[in-house]
Parts: sequence; C-alpha cells; structure tokens
Amino acid sequence: MKFMRWLGLAALALTVGSTAQAETIKIGVVLPFSGPNADLGHQIDKAFDLYIKLHTKDIAPHKVEIVKRDEGPPTGAVAKTVTTELITNDKVQILTGFVFSPSAIALAPVVTQAKVPMIIANAGTAWITNLSPYYVRLSFSMWHHGYPMGAFAFSKIGCKTAALAYTDFPPGKDSTEAFKTGFEKAGGKVDLSIPMGSPAQVPDFTPFFQRIKDAKPDCMYVFIPSGAHATGVAKAYGELGMRKAGVKLIGPMDLIPDNKLQDMGDAAIGTIVMGNYAVDLNNAENKAFNAEWHKAYGKDSYPDFMSAAGWDTMHAIFDTIKKLNGKVEDGSKVIDAMKGWTTNGPRGKVTIDAATRDIVQDEHAMEVIRKPDGKLGIKVLGTTKAVKDECKVQKIGRCGT
Amino acid sequence: MPYYANIAVSILFDGLAYAMFLFIVSVGLSVTMGLMGFVNLAHGAFAMAGGYVVVSLTRSLGIGFVPALVIAAFAVGAVSVVFERGLYRRLYKATDLEQVLLTIGLAFMAIATATYFYGPIPKSVPLPEWLQGDINLGFRSFPSYRAFLIVLGAVLIAVLWYAFERTNIGAKIRAAVDNRRMAESVGINVDLLFTLTFAVGSGLAALGGGLAIQLFGLSPSFAVLYLVLFLIVVAVGGLGSFKGTLLAALVLGIIDTAGKYLYADAGGFFVYAITVAVLLVKPAGFYGRE
Repeated sequence: MKFMRWLGLAALALTVGSTAQAETIKIGVVLPFSGPNADLGHQIDKAFDLYIKLHTKDIAPHKVEIVKRDEGPPTGAVAKTVTTELITNDKVQILTGFVFSPSAIALAPVVTQAKVPMIIANAGTAWITNLSPYYVRLSFSMWHHGYPMGAFAFSKIGCKTAALAYTDFPPGKDSTEAFKTGFEKAGGKVDLSIPMGSPAQVPDFTPFFQRIKDAKPDCMYVFIPSGAHATGVAKAYGELGMRKAGVKLIGPMDLIPDNKLQDMGDAAIGTIVMGNYAVDLNNAENKAFNAEWHKAYGKDSYPDFMSAAGWDTMHAIFDTIKKLNGKVEDGSKVIDAMKGWTTNGPRGKVTIDAATRDIVQDEHAMEVIRKPDGKLGIKVLGTTKAVKDECKVQKIGRCGT
Repeated sequence: MPYYANIAVSILFDGLAYAMFLFIVSVGLSVTMGLMGFVNLAHGAFAMAGGYVVVSLTRSLGIGFVPALVIAAFAVGAVSVVFERGLYRRLYKATDLEQVLLTIGLAFMAIATATYFYGPIPKSVPLPEWLQGDINLGFRSFPSYRAFLIVLGAVLIAVLWYAFERTNIGAKIRAAVDNRRMAESVGINVDLLFTLTFAVGSGLAALGGGLAIQLFGLSPSFAVLYLVLFLIVVAVGGLGSFKGTLLAALVLGIIDTAGKYLYADAGGFFVYAITVAVLLVKPAGFYGRE
C-alpha cells in the first residue's frame, strides 16, 4: 500500500513536471495572402514554414502553434481587425509577419494595450518602431537603404540630378525622404518628386516615367512595394527606352526582388540598388538557406529579401522561446530578451539594437548583371558594415519622438 | 524638339493609347446598355476572361501574342452567348436592382474562379520582338506597344464605324436603340440583334483585356478594378452611342494621362472631376438621348 502511494506521488510529480516544462507557444502570423500583393506574403510565409520545419527540434520540449491570417490590402484596416481577433479570441502570445507599414501603424495602440510582442518581418517605415514598446523589427528601415544610397548615387554612380518616384503611402514618402536627405547632403539636386498612386493596385507607370524622361535627370530613384509593382517598373522603364536616354534606374532593393528578377529581362540590367540581401550574396548561411529553399520549393522558386528577413524573424522568436524556456506570457520580458539578439543569417550578421528595437545590418550597393550562366544576378559594388537606422540616429521628424 | 511641344506629344501619345483601350472595352457595354437598358456589371469579367485566355494560349501553348488576342476575342464572344441565352435573357424585363445583383454576382464568381486557377498574383504575357522596346520616328522615340495599341484602335474604330453606320445590321441596331417598340413592330428581331451585339461587345472586351495585360498586368481583381472607368466612359459618352463612347474615351484617356503627367499629386482626381462636370451639363452624356 505504501509502495502504491509512492508510485502515485511519483507519477503525479512526473505529470506536473512535464506540463510545466513543455509549453505550446501560440504565434499569430499576419501576411497578405490575397490581392495583387499576395506574392509578398507568400515569400515570407515560405521562409517561416521552412524555419519552423527545420528548427522545431531546437526548442524541444516546447512547440509552436501557428495561426495564420490574411493581412488584406495595404490600408491597415483588415490587418487591425484580424490581429485584434488573434489577440482576443485566439489568445496568441507572439505576433509576427506584417508586410505593410499601414498595418503596423494602425496596430500600435492595440498591441501596446494588449502587451503582446509584435515582431515585424517587413513593414519598413522608419518611425514605426517608435510607436509601441512592444515592437521589434527584423527587416529594415527605409533609411537603411535610402540614406546611404544618396551619397553613393552622387559620388559613385555619378548622379548630379535625380528624380524621385514613389508609391504614395508612408514607406514611399519615407524612402524618398531618406534618399533626398543623403543625396542633397552629398551635393546632389532633386529635380522632381512624383507620387504614383496607391499600393493597392499596380498602376500603368508610363505617364509618370515619361515625365521623368522628358525632364532628363541623371538618375531616377524609385520606391514601390516590391513584388508585382517591381515587374511593372522594369517593364515601363524598358519600354520607354530610358536607359538609352541616359536616365539611370536606382532605388532600394525592392526594385529587384530575386523571385521576380529572372522575368524582368534586359530592362533590369544596370539597375543599381542599396539593400541587405540578394540570392547571390556570398556567405555560408545564405548558401545553406538557398539550398534548403530549393529543396523545399523547387529550383525555380527563389527566396528574396523578404524571405531572408522572415527567416531571421522566426530565428529570433525561436531563440527567445529557448532563452525564456517557453515562458512567453509576459510580453515585456519577451521584448527584453530580444534586445541585443544577434546572429549570422542569410543577410550576414544582424543584431537587434537594444535602444531602438530595430535591426542593425550590413548594406550592399548592388548592380544587376547578366551572369555567365545566362541568368540575371547581382554584383556587389560596395558594402557598409553594421548600418543603423539613420532616421533614428539623426532623430529626423517622427523618428525623434 | 522644344520642351513644351515634347510634353504635349508625350501626353497625347500615352493618352491616345489609353483611350484606345478604354474604347475597345467600353463600346460593347455602351451598345448593349443602350439597346436593352440592361445593366451588365459582369462586362469587366469578360475582359478579364479574355486576358487569361491570352495568358494561357501564349504561356502554355506557345501561340503568338496577336493570334492569341484574336482567338480570345472569338472564344469569349462565343461563350458570352451561352450566358446571354441562359441567364441574362431571363432578366430583361426585371428591375435594375435584380440585373445588378445577377451581374455583380457573376463578376465575383469570375474573380473567385480566376483566383482558383491562376492565383492572385498578377500575370504578364510574352510579347513578340517587334512589340518590345521603342521605335524611333525621327524626331523622337515612342514605346512600340503603345504605338501598336493606337494603330489597332484606329483600325477597329474604322471597322466598327462602317458596320454601325453603313450596313443593314448597323442600321437595325441604331433603330432599336432609338425606339425599340417601333423597331420590333416593323419586323426587326431585337432579341437576336441583342445576342449579336452582346457577343461582339464581350469579344471586344476580351480583346481589351488581352491588350491590358502589358499595361496594368492581369490579376483576378481586373474584373471589378476598372469597371468604374468603363461605366464612366459609357455614362459620359451616352448610352448606345458609338460616337459618344469614342469621344468619352478620348477625353477621359487624355485627361487622365495629362493629370498624372502634369500634376501627379492629384492622382486620378481629374477623371472624376470631368465626369461630374459633363454630367451636370449633359445628364445623358455627350450623345445620349435625354
């Protein structure tokens, strides 16, 4: 009898012990899965799925449960509804994804009040991270690419005058503002600044580009929300014969996402971008990442900068789960645990700045070339190590609040 | 070339290309609305269907772009007859609301179907060599594709104008638009006439959809995205008027392009401003019957 009681106690201790240890962490993933921008969501979603598939063993005995929702059009309205539902109904403990800046801007008060950490995998308007102490960003700020591109365009590409063209929503204004600040500081002159309509649909870029062509600047800096828009830019730029007319196409890497690059054809060759990732970046982690990607999604599917950020995002979340031993109920502890997190990922060395909760990463100036194997690729023209978000460093506008 | 002349040529050229697209898609809608007073909000869905037929023919079967356009126009025109006979004709005597519900429902079903088969991501189409890049006309160069669009549009306008104004069938259509009951009492088979114009209109919409791929890309939302524009062209031009649709397409196409070129900050505002202005002065459109 006494033996039986001991056995019962031992069994009880075992069950209590194991339930206390093995946690299931509920993660809400919000990405655009519908509409013309669905592509962007899929690029990140594939990276998330791949990371989870390969690395679930790393956080054992804990597990993650993923709840996916459609971010909808780039207005933030649908994102706000589905994310609020994820918090109140599904009780997710960590939120991630978020391609569009308007989504992150709209959600700041919700996330702050609910104290749920939101790990941003794309949305790049610089001041977003200032909106909530529960925001951590693994992707980039528009200033990561735009600001250094200003000086590079003036001194290395030979742009004395430039025209700006951007999709008319917060990151578009932010990216062109970043470029303009850097470009004018270096001595360049901006001739024209043209808003090109809403991000919800791909416009006919011709009238906008024709105007730039007629104004004859040395370069045009274009921001669009990547994906299908990028294909449209290459098409209009090629059709108008703008390179022949002496107008160079430059911008952030959104212009040449790797999964669209091969379809762009000759029109894209010579485009120079500033960015944190390309399939052709030469580092061991990137090679391994590409190999796993092709194994999972086929040889004609390519990851791009969004996928690379998605991969690092899930990596940071997994490392944090491990660090906290599955105890992620307290949102502020999760955020604290992420501060200063660093790794060597497909993009090279990335670190979460403890002060701003934004990413610190290497930036590369890259030119599109035709590679010896006939495919389009990039050539790295120059690299700057450990670049911070310059908007917050210089406390410009809303970045200073 | 002087700076301002260059700007004017840029705007006229791009505006004309855009106007041709608007005209090709809208003319069928205008005539069918004028003939039967039928509100067909699924017109954009026929244009989208044409686009996807072109994508499939060129990408999967390797058929050239121009033959694919022709096949798409005839195929969609033929299929539209099935819809007209099977669904539309039941609601000719019904109220506007019922017609709108049927056709917008069809448009949404078309969007879902296209998403299921082709996915939500915009498609592009491979163009033959001679439609890529730009052509130099001596004083300046123009994008080849848009030049092609303008020439094709001009040919279609000539053919349609001849058919509408100089043939027996054209005369019957005009008679039926003017006064349907009188036309029927002199023995014109308006039902048959309507089926014919519906098929031609849908075929032209499909052609427009195929031509639009290179301009806007093609995604399932095409079915409703540009519908407002087509309806504006029809309303500003006047229901059932060939001349009106042409004039409205030209005015709206060129003004929209000029607005985007000269004052991009206001975006698409100018199209709506012009629409309101025209309809205030002429509520039935340029050539509509009041």
